[in-house]
Amino acid sequence: MDDKLIIAGHEFDSRFILGSGKYSLKLIEAAVKDAGAQIITLAVRRANTQEKENILDYIPKGVTLLPNTSGARTAEEAVRIARLARELGCGNFVKIEIMKDTKYLLPDNYETIKATEILANEGFVVMPYMYPDLNVARSLKDAGAATIMPLGAPIGSNSGLATKSFIQILIDEIDLPIIVDAGIGKPSQACEAMEMGAAAIMANTALATAGDLPMMASAFKDAIIAGRKAYLAGLGRVLTRGASASDPLTGFLRD
Amino acid sequence: MENNYLIDSEFLSKEALEKKHRLENDPSVRTDHMKYMEGMEIINSDICDKVMSEMNSYDYTKYTARDVQKALEHDKCTIEDFKALLSPAAEPFLEKMAEKARLETSKHFGNTVYIFTPLYIANYCENYCVYCGFNCYNHIRRMKLSMEQIEKEMKVIAESGMEEILILTGESRAQSNVEYIGEACKLARKYFRLVGLEIYPVNTDEYRYLHECGADYVTVFQETYDTVKYETLHLMGHKRVWPYRFDAQERALMGGMRGVAFSALLGLSDFRKDALASALHVYFLQRKYPHAEMSLSCPRLRPIINNEKIDPLDVHEKQLCQVLCAYRIFLPFVGITVSSRESASFRNGIVKICATKVSAGVSTGIGDHESKYEGKESDSVGDEQFEIEDSRSLKSMYDDISGEGLQPVLNDYLYV
Repeated sequence: MDDKLIIAGHEFDSRFILGSGKYSLKLIEAAVKDAGAQIITLAVRRANTQEKENILDYIPKGVTLLPNTSGARTAEEAVRIARLARELGCGNFVKIEIMKDTKYLLPDNYETIKATEILANEGFVVMPYMYPDLNVARSLKDAGAATIMPLGAPIGSNSGLATKSFIQILIDEIDLPIIVDAGIGKPSQACEAMEMGAAAIMANTALATAGDLPMMASAFKDAIIAGRKAYLAGLGRVLTRGASASDPLTGFLRD
Repeated sequence: MENNYLIDSEFLSKEALEKKHRLENDPSVRTDHMKYMEGMEIINSDICDKVMSEMNSYDYTKYTARDVQKALEHDKCTIEDFKALLSPAAEPFLEKMAEKARLETSKHFGNTVYIFTPLYIANYCENYCVYCGFNCYNHIRRMKLSMEQIEKEMKVIAESGMEEILILTGESRAQSNVEYIGEACKLARKYFRLVGLEIYPVNTDEYRYLHECGADYVTVFQETYDTVKYETLHLMGHKRVWPYRFDAQERALMGGMRGVAFSALLGLSDFRKDALASALHVYFLQRKYPHAEMSLSCPRLRPIINNEKIDPLDVHEKQLCQVLCAYRIFLPFVGITVSSRESASFRNGIVKICATKVSAGVSTGIGDHESKYEGKESDSVGDEQFEIEDSRSLKSMYDDISGEGLQPVLNDYLYV
């Protein structure tokens, strides 16, 4: 089955993206080997280090780096971080994260649109992290975003798809890959998002804090594949009220 | 139970001793500690009233095991829940609290632990704070590093691999003025990824200047939120003015600093009330400045030079752990720093529960990093502020943290 994830013309077989935040060599190994990740997010603020633990050294060859702008509080700061990432040799992909709130780490949609426009014009493949709002998603698309990355739930909350209905609207209405980011705590939630039609899943904490990292990574891989297959197969009707008659009620009508 | 803080040095003149004794024994000769001195900016903030009214009405004896259990069951920790977790009724639940705290820490910080080091550049002080080794009546070797000496120290520290530095001074505007500190910040930016400051509180425009010089994080310890007790411990100098100190973090944020750190010095007064006030100080300020990064420390009293007997009284390791777990459960997103005042075994344990930042390669003396890091003897160094308990180098701290299955992080910061 030729079912590739395509982001700005780049093709990927895997629909699991490793998020940034809690890093270790073991985590990256598990994400690549066991979850099959081909894209790994990299917090520029942490990569920009002198020696010892330069995350760049951990990234296996052939993996696409997705530097993010975490730490930015405004569009201007995000733009500067993105440019720095390019200078550091991280490539053209950038995930925009702009937070003005240290408690919930919720993205600032307004600043995100501004940064997206500037960076898309500079030739970046821009993947904005956002709070799922249809109008904002449209503006991001118009600004040149390559994907839309709505949050499933507050970062680190592991509470699944708290914004499910709104993500569904984005999936239905926006002609860009919708990648669910943040909040996915379990493989079942990743599967659920994929069934809805999400193009990919980004997760970190759920793996980083698992008891058995490689096993959890492979569980995510399987869940995402299962959810994707279900989406492609076309889910049957979910009946919430009563049963559906197998013979049509109006079958007696003759003309 | 009280510490005996008062020590007379044989090197003080008769006049100095007389003045010292008057300050110690006659409250009427001391200035009003709630009144701003000349030059101190007033910002008319509502944060202090909010914190103090909660603290003053806090009666931790009324909380029961049931309150604690309920607090542990809640998804969101309310102020009332936090009060229960700080109460004596929570002591039997320490293991449960630690489990919950660890869960919160891992959700927000994963398994990362940040490492930094302090650099004292001067130990001159104009204040008489009875518990502090730098106090102006304590007979110690005073020193203020020149820019050349500061740079030499920074080089030695940077060569060890350290990327975050916290610059400290004694609280003397006359000896260590804002320009002097600003120049030190500029130097620090050459060698480090993040520069923090722990100096005397200053006005908003001065914080803005220091921010422009390269500092981006300001730590001010309130010592105690009990204003009556504060008055009896800080007998002379600018530091005596309690409300000016309280508003320091807010002024720092108004001046453009990215983050601020808070703490009470546990052991000076009622530690449960002080812990409550410290966390609420963070809580209310975060609501007003949601973009700001915030962190809490929890130092306990330590012995100082010329007074070995000072100790943290009823704040044993268990109580300290209780406070830290309660902090984490109430404020899951804040950084928690545990300094080298605590033992290696305590720090190894607490990073697995709730601490997210530890210091390493620490000296609280002045100008002695070369001798401490490289074993080169030097006779011109300034005395230390307090005795440290955990003297591990960056390398051994790094290895120990890794050995605990955690991920040491030297830098998570970008100046943009």
